[in-house]
Amino acid sequence: MLKIERVSKTFNPGTADARKALDNLSLHVKKGDFISIIGANGAGKSTLFNAVCGSFFVDEGRILLDGADVTMTPEHRRAKDIGRLFQDPMRGSAPGMSIEENLVLAAGRGGWLSMAGRKERQAFRERLALLGMGLEDRMKQPVGLLSGGQRQALTLMMATLSNPKLLLLDEHTAALDPGTAEKVLELTTKIVSENSLTCLMITHNMQSALELGSRTIMMDRGRIVFDTMGEERARLTVEDLLEKFREASGKKLDNDRMLLT
Amino acid sequence: MSLNAMLGLGQTALELALFNSLTVLALFLSYSMLNVCDLSTDGCYALGAAVGAVVAISGHPWLSIPAAMGAGMLSGLVTAVLQTRMGVNSLLAGIIVNTGLYSVNIAVMHGSSLLNMNKTVTVFTLAEDFLWDTPLGAYYALIIGGVVVALVIVFLAFFLRTRLGLAIRATGDNPDMVRSSSINPVFTTTVGLCISNAFTALSGCLISQNQRSVTVDIGSGMVTVALASLLIGGVFLGRRSIPVRAVGAVLGAFVFRLVYTIALRFSLPAFMLKLVSSLIVVIAISGPYLRRQAPLVKRRLQARFGKVGAREC
Repeated sequence: MLKIERVSKTFNPGTADARKALDNLSLHVKKGDFISIIGANGAGKSTLFNAVCGSFFVDEGRILLDGADVTMTPEHRRAKDIGRLFQDPMRGSAPGMSIEENLVLAAGRGGWLSMAGRKERQAFRERLALLGMGLEDRMKQPVGLLSGGQRQALTLMMATLSNPKLLLLDEHTAALDPGTAEKVLELTTKIVSENSLTCLMITHNMQSALELGSRTIMMDRGRIVFDTMGEERARLTVEDLLEKFREASGKKLDNDRMLLT
Repeated sequence: MSLNAMLGLGQTALELALFNSLTVLALFLSYSMLNVCDLSTDGCYALGAAVGAVVAISGHPWLSIPAAMGAGMLSGLVTAVLQTRMGVNSLLAGIIVNTGLYSVNIAVMHGSSLLNMNKTVTVFTLAEDFLWDTPLGAYYALIIGGVVVALVIVFLAFFLRTRLGLAIRATGDNPDMVRSSSINPVFTTTVGLCISNAFTALSGCLISQNQRSVTVDIGSGMVTVALASLLIGGVFLGRRSIPVRAVGAVLGAFVFRLVYTIALRFSLPAFMLKLVSSLIVVIAISGPYLRRQAPLVKRRLQARFGKVGAREC
């Protein structure tokens, strides 16, 4: 499904600020996998997503999506196959446009000069109703009026509207209050399993990293330092995970946010 | 002043407002929708006037309109390519194109900075001839202006609802989201600027044919005048649907022209027009900002000088 082969990326090469954000990293993701990714700040988790999405081109290595080499494919072309959610709920939708208009763009159906028909709008209504947030009755309202949780749920729906091959979730519940975060996470697992999407999820919540999905990887300094699935993963506790981190990186996990959650 | 003279003045003001409102609609697309402040507007306006005049003088009055719009599109394309493909800052791209267009415009006018169309057949003389023995005979310019403005508004109302139109609006709103919808913002910016510049050029073309002459500096200050009109229109019909906002932009052009005409009546010299439009733009943009800042300024002043009477406590 997704093959990342020996990918490296250095920011600010040749300067005093040079930083190797991805270091010879390889990862094979099978169709239908749900992988949670953990790691301290600056470990390269978001950089990995940026590399997969094409926000920048990698210095070395290859990225294959469904057998096709997309290493040099521009971001907006890859976006056809990749849905992505950011931590910031504001990033995924256009605030000055209505819910309906956002959905029309995200669905990406029809030619440039086509308009959304009644049938398409009805389909949007039905899918919005599945979110259980009452958004189906506010389709003409600008997205800027929605709360963070509503906007993130809408973005989730927009990102999965065209059945992407890959869904990337970059701490997409971290900016929400605990109740809303839980609701959005529930929606996520529901949508992912119903559409049997392949999904990578960055999280700072160790507990949900182990509970959700089928595989967990841990990153440090641009590399994957720990990779677990199946029975081994089922037996792991949060304490084990912290211990693994110490072993792998030779230091204590210095992330308060991670320890506390 | 007699009633007739006053009506005549009003009609001229109305005509000017209609033709200029096409530039306001162009900025409605580039500034309000695409969030690009297109500083090539002045030059593009003159380009439309020059190209339209040259084509009309060569004996093709109808062809002058699409020719002017095509030239405007080309100018918009250059501005767009500079800012999306060649790393030139968006404002600078407009200024560069504007400067370059000055030479281009004189070249279009065969090396002269002034063209006369006193004996030229234009769309206006054609309309005048066609309507001259009807009751509408005196209003041919108003009719042409009204029809063109209505067509442009209808076009915008539909276009901005299509997928491409929505993508152009989203590019000004959240380019990240455009990219993640598998649409290239470079493409939407380019299309948006081409269309808006076509309208700007159309505006210049109609103005020059109506006044039967072109000078190379016909567009000077146009971007500020149009922006002032756009912002005035936003005050009346701002937070509404797209077609209503487009009508608001035209209304803004009318109000601007009305205020200006009245000011002229009260012996404000004509050369003050551009200062007035600058002031309107400053007030419209800074007004809301300063109002937001006012409480903060008040608190800072209080912190520095102390509240009156606070020291006694």
